[in-house]
Amino acid sequence: MPMEQKQSVATRTSIYLALIIVGASMVFPLVWMLSTSFQKPGTDVMDLRSLLHGALEWRNYQRIWSGTNFARAVYNSALVTVCVTIAQLFTSTLAAYAFARLQFRGRNAIFMGYLSTMMVPDVVTMIPVFILLRTMGWIDTYWALILPAAFSAYGTFMLRQFFLSIPRELEEAAVIDGCTSWGIYLNVVLPLAKPAIAALGILTFMSSWRSFMWPLIVCQSQNMVTAPVALSQFQELHGVQWTLLMAGSVIMLIPMLAVFVIGQRFFISGIQLGAVKG
Amino acid sequence: MRHHHRLTPLLYLLPNLTGFAIFVLIPVAAALVLSFFRWDLFHPPKFVGLDNFIDLLGWRRDAEGVIHLNDAGFWKYLYNTLYLMLAIPITMFCSLVLAVLLNQKLPGRMFFRSVFFLPNICAGVGLLLLWKFLYNNDFGLINHMLAWVGITGPDWLNSYNWSKPALMIIMIWGSMGGTGMILYLAGLQGIPPELYEAAEIDGANVLHRFRHITIPMLAPTTFFIFITAVIGGFQGGFDMAYILTKGGPDGATTTLSYYIYNHAFEYFNMGYAAALSLVLFALVLFVTMLSWRFGRGATE
Repeated sequence: MPMEQKQSVATRTSIYLALIIVGASMVFPLVWMLSTSFQKPGTDVMDLRSLLHGALEWRNYQRIWSGTNFARAVYNSALVTVCVTIAQLFTSTLAAYAFARLQFRGRNAIFMGYLSTMMVPDVVTMIPVFILLRTMGWIDTYWALILPAAFSAYGTFMLRQFFLSIPRELEEAAVIDGCTSWGIYLNVVLPLAKPAIAALGILTFMSSWRSFMWPLIVCQSQNMVTAPVALSQFQELHGVQWTLLMAGSVIMLIPMLAVFVIGQRFFISGIQLGAVKG
Repeated sequence: MRHHHRLTPLLYLLPNLTGFAIFVLIPVAAALVLSFFRWDLFHPPKFVGLDNFIDLLGWRRDAEGVIHLNDAGFWKYLYNTLYLMLAIPITMFCSLVLAVLLNQKLPGRMFFRSVFFLPNICAGVGLLLLWKFLYNNDFGLINHMLAWVGITGPDWLNSYNWSKPALMIIMIWGSMGGTGMILYLAGLQGIPPELYEAAEIDGANVLHRFRHITIPMLAPTTFFIFITAVIGGFQGGFDMAYILTKGGPDGATTTLSYYIYNHAFEYFNMGYAAALSLVLFALVLFVTMLSWRFGRGATE
């Protein structure tokens, strides 16, 4: 309700108070995670006072990084996430360009059929894909983590929406200049679509980095686990050590926070773009 | 562009559509076939007709006429899945309130928007472990803080009654400042200010304006968020339950997707798991079709 011109001081104060209370409830658990990760290893009873006068303990970080398979798991996660993001951007921009700009028979029918695959729950395809990968001997390899995640109907849909909003005149000028469709895709559409591509890249990066269920199913060995799976296994392998687990959790959050801070404006617009029904 | 070769579009579509055929279309067909078999991956599959579906959805009556469900677990976990979805309307209400607060032209609102969005950014196994720690009966912060005000907290994650609310709290906390709030904010900015001005002249107070302008104008947004969340809700709950409760205590937090995971990858009942996943698919399709049916009425 935009009534900015006559908000009383009391209204403003109570709005700020509400915002601060909610904001604090969002931030405080994360602060708790951070402070626990800097406690003396093996500390179990959490004393609020130790939050204040405790010196920073890096030992949890040292132990999880060099005493366990976590560093390897972070490397696996990073590799898989980068590959999945690049692959998805590649396949999605190409298909979105064809759906948005090229004329061919049955285009709309194919697009609708393609969109309807978004309704298929992951658990439906999970079982046959697992069997397929097992037949190929790809369980516990990077293929199993990367290939099934390299194609995204959502990404194609989102980029198509954006491509449709690019004025055609620019491309027509390029055609007159003798550009092929490939040249237009590469030199006109892709540069203009940078914000949407960035948004999709960020969303893909984040969902791949945090993905848990599929990596849990296909990669169980100590060398092949991704970081989320490794963290979930620590409870079973090393007993519940909260200081260690929280250190691992903090390490996992750093890339996501970094990506969010760098790409915040693309991120928000990406959510809105994806929600526009075509 | 009409100046390209007939096969050019195919080249653009090929990488994506090949992937889709291999990892979505064929697997859906394969799941359908698989659901008519009994297969543990290690012995040859055995055709069993509709037995998997009968074992899953059927029931029988004994001599006294009492009904016995063939798979009581399935119905229980369906109930759990629906129960956890009660978090959706609560989350949406919180998202709407936050969006309205952020829509006031106050300094610092962008800062608060980012702060509210923080749990979304951090979502994942790390955050779930943090909540497991917070809910811990001996070392957890939540019961520690409840004790300060003289309340003896329940052993959240090990209690049959409290484990579901515990998970719902995480869901609400984690997503009230997320996609829903962002979409509501966008929706609010699309409401013409003249509507509010006219209502104010007619003497409508803040609550009236909220009820009679804001809520109806946001109906399409609400509808979209709700349907998306319900479709996600039917498929959700695995990560959270796996990390925090392993589906327990006594199956109290096992959702349908967790049940499918167990059958497929713990007990290796591939056929039964495929049948289960198709039932879940049918539920999702049903909701989607309902949304098409009623969505037209709500938005046009």
